[in-house]
Amino acid sequence: MENINEKFATIEKDLLAPVKWGKKSIIWMGFLMVTLVVCMFFYYQQIRNGLGVTGLNDFVSWGIYISNFVFFVAASLIGMLISSVLGLAGSKWIMPISRIAEIIAVSFAMVAGLIIISDMGRPDRLHHVFLHGRIQSPIIWDIAIVLTYVAVSVLLLYVPLIPDIALLSKKQNGLPRIQKWMYKILSLGWANHPNQYKLIKKYFKLLAVLIIPIALAIHTVTSWLFAMTLRAGWDSPIFGPYFVSGAFVAGCAAVTIGMYFFRTSYNLKSYITDYHFDKMGKLLVLVALVYVYFNINEIIVPAYKLKGGEAEHLKSMLFGHDALMFWLVQIGGLVLPFILLLFKKMRKPLPSLIISSVILLGAWFKRYLIVVPVQQHPYYPIQNVPDSFMHYTPTIAEIAITVASFVLFLIIATVLSKIFPIIPIWELKEEVKEQIQ
Amino acid sequence: MGNKEKGKQSRRKFLQNIGVAGVGAISAPAILFTACSSSSDKKTKVLTPDNKLIEIDSENGLAIDTTDKSYLNKIGREGIPGKKFVMVIDLGKCRNERKCMKACQSEHQLKPEQHHLNVLEMENPSSGQTYFMPKLCQHCDNPPCVTVCPVDATFKRQDGIVLVDNERCIGCRFCIAACPYSARTFNWTEPRDSEEYKDITYNMELNVPQKKGTVTKCAFSADRIREGKLPYCNSACPNGVYYFGDANEDLVTNGTTKETVRLSKLLKQNSAYTLMPELGTQPSVYYLPARENS
Repeated sequence: MENINEKFATIEKDLLAPVKWGKKSIIWMGFLMVTLVVCMFFYYQQIRNGLGVTGLNDFVSWGIYISNFVFFVAASLIGMLISSVLGLAGSKWIMPISRIAEIIAVSFAMVAGLIIISDMGRPDRLHHVFLHGRIQSPIIWDIAIVLTYVAVSVLLLYVPLIPDIALLSKKQNGLPRIQKWMYKILSLGWANHPNQYKLIKKYFKLLAVLIIPIALAIHTVTSWLFAMTLRAGWDSPIFGPYFVSGAFVAGCAAVTIGMYFFRTSYNLKSYITDYHFDKMGKLLVLVALVYVYFNINEIIVPAYKLKGGEAEHLKSMLFGHDALMFWLVQIGGLVLPFILLLFKKMRKPLPSLIISSVILLGAWFKRYLIVVPVQQHPYYPIQNVPDSFMHYTPTIAEIAITVASFVLFLIIATVLSKIFPIIPIWELKEEVKEQIQ
Repeated sequence: MGNKEKGKQSRRKFLQNIGVAGVGAISAPAILFTACSSSSDKKTKVLTPDNKLIEIDSENGLAIDTTDKSYLNKIGREGIPGKKFVMVIDLGKCRNERKCMKACQSEHQLKPEQHHLNVLEMENPSSGQTYFMPKLCQHCDNPPCVTVCPVDATFKRQDGIVLVDNERCIGCRFCIAACPYSARTFNWTEPRDSEEYKDITYNMELNVPQKKGTVTKCAFSADRIREGKLPYCNSACPNGVYYFGDANEDLVTNGTTKETVRLSKLLKQNSAYTLMPELGTQPSVYYLPARENS
C-alpha cells in the first residue's frame, strides 16, 4: 500500500511539474507571438489590397491556402484514430499519448476554420454564409462539420481531463489566480467519487463513438470540395477514402513529432518510452501502406486510360512540370519512410522524429499536388492573359499567412499543454493500481 | 392525311405566333411603365403582367424608379418571364477581330486580363487547321457553378441566364473551380476605374460597378436584353458571328446583319454542337462548326 502511494506521488510530481509558466516556455510563447504579429501584418495587407497580394489568378484560383486547409483538416483526424478507434479496440499502449493526439487534433481543427477565412475574397461577408447559406453547397457542409468536429473534439479532450483539473486545482501552487479560478470552474465540483469515474468513462465512450463518423465526414466533405466538380483530376469517386487514408499518415507523423518534443522538453522520458515510439512506428507503417494502396488506384487507373482532360494533367505530374515535386513526395515522403520504419532501429525516438518530419513535410506538399496542378490544366486553353497566369507561384504574403496558421497551431498546442498535464494522471494511476493488484 | 397534317401544322404555327406575341407583350417589361398614349392628360393605359389593360393615373402609375437599388435587385434575380435566351456562334465567320471582347470589357468595367468573353485560338485535331472560338459563360441549364455556391450569389433565372450578385458573393471561388469552361473571372484587386464608378447604383444585370474580392462573368448582357436590344458583343461584331434570341420563340437575330432566322433550322442545317455535352451541363450557347476552306 505504501508502495502505491509512493508511486502515485512520483507520478503527480513528474506530470504536474510542466504545468507552470517557466522561463523557457515564456520565451517560446514570446517568439511565437512576435512571429504571429509579423505574419498578421501580411494578412492586413491582404485585407486592404485584396487577394491580389497572393500569386493566385483566374486559373489557379485555389492555392496554398486551400491545400494548407486540407493539410490541417487531415492532421486533425488523428485524435479520432488514436483515442477513439484504438481506444475502443482496447489498445492499452495509447493511454500516455492519447492526450497528445487529442491536443494536436483540437489545435489543427481550430486553425483549419480560420484558414478558410483567410482564403475568402470578402471575409467581411462571412455572415452571408449563415444568412443566405444554401444546403446544396459542399462549403456549407464543410463549415457545419468543421464546427461540429471542433466542438466534439474539445469535449473528447475535456471529459477525461476533469479529474486531472480537479487535482491541479487542489495541488498545484504558484499559478496565477485566474488560472486557479479557471481550474475550479472547469473541474465541475469533482469529488473523486467512484460514480463520477463511472460517468466519465461512460461519456468518454459515447464521445469516442460519436467522433468516428464526424471525423470521417469532415475529411470526406473536404475531399468533396474537389470531387464534386467536373474538373479532370478532381472528378474522382475515391477522393473521400483517399483523403481519409492520407490524413492518418499525416496525423501519425504529427503525433510522433509531438511525442518527441513533449518527452524531451517536459522530462517525460520514463512515461513516453521507446515502446511507444515503436508502436507508433508500426501504426505509421500500417496507415502508410493503406495510403500507398489508394495512391496506386488514384494514379494508375487514369494513367492507364489517359482519358481526354486527365491525360495532360497526369503527364505533367508524372514527367512534366510537377514531376520533381511529385516523385519527391511519393517516394521520399511516403514509400521510403515507411520502408525504413519496417526496421526496429528506425522506430527508436530520434530516427522516428526525423522520419516523421519528412513524412509530414511530404504530406503538406502532397496536398499542394492535389489542389494546384489540376487547375493549371483546364479543358480550354489559357490564352489572352499575362504569362504569370500560366503557372502559380505563391508570394511572400501568401507564405507568411500560411506560416501564421502553423504558428497559431503551435500557440494553441503550447497553451493547452502548459495548463493541463500532457499525460492523463488518473488513468496512469489506475493502470499502476491494476498492475500491482 | 397530308392535308390534315398541314392544317394541324399551320394551326400550331398560328397559335405559336399568337403565343409569341402574347409572351412578348407580357415579357417586355418596358410596357409596365411605358404607357400607351391616351387622349386624357392624366390617365394612362398600361398592360399588367396578367394581361389586363388598365387605366391608371399617369403621375402615380409611372412612379417606378428604374435606378432604385431594390428594384434593380428584384428584377435582376427574377429575370424576364416566358423567355429562354440562347446564343449561336458561327465559328466559320470569326476573323479574330476581337471587337466583341473590347465592347464587353468596356461595358463591364473589366481589366485587359479579365474576360467575360475570350476569343481562343483552337486547333482542329484531325485536320490541324486552326480556328477562332469566342468562349463565354455557357448559361448552362444544369449549371455546376450555381450548385456549389454557398450563399446564392450566383443563380439561374427563369429566362435561362446565370447571373452573379456581387453584393452577396463572399469570394470563395468555388464557382471558378466548378466551371469546366473557365468562364469566370475574379476581381483580385480594386476593379478598373473603381473611383469613377463608385457612386453608381449596382446593377446586377450589368454587374457594374465591379467589386474587389468578388467573382464576375458574362451576363448575356441581361441589361441590354431588358431594353429589347442584342448583347454588347453581338452588336459589336463586324463579321456576323453571333446570333441571339429566345428559344421559346425559336427565333434568333444576327448581331451584325440584324437578320432573324429560325433557331431550330439554323442549328439543324449547320450541325450545331455545344461545348463538352458529355459533362451534362446543357449549355445555352450553340456553336456552328468552322467549315474547311471557308
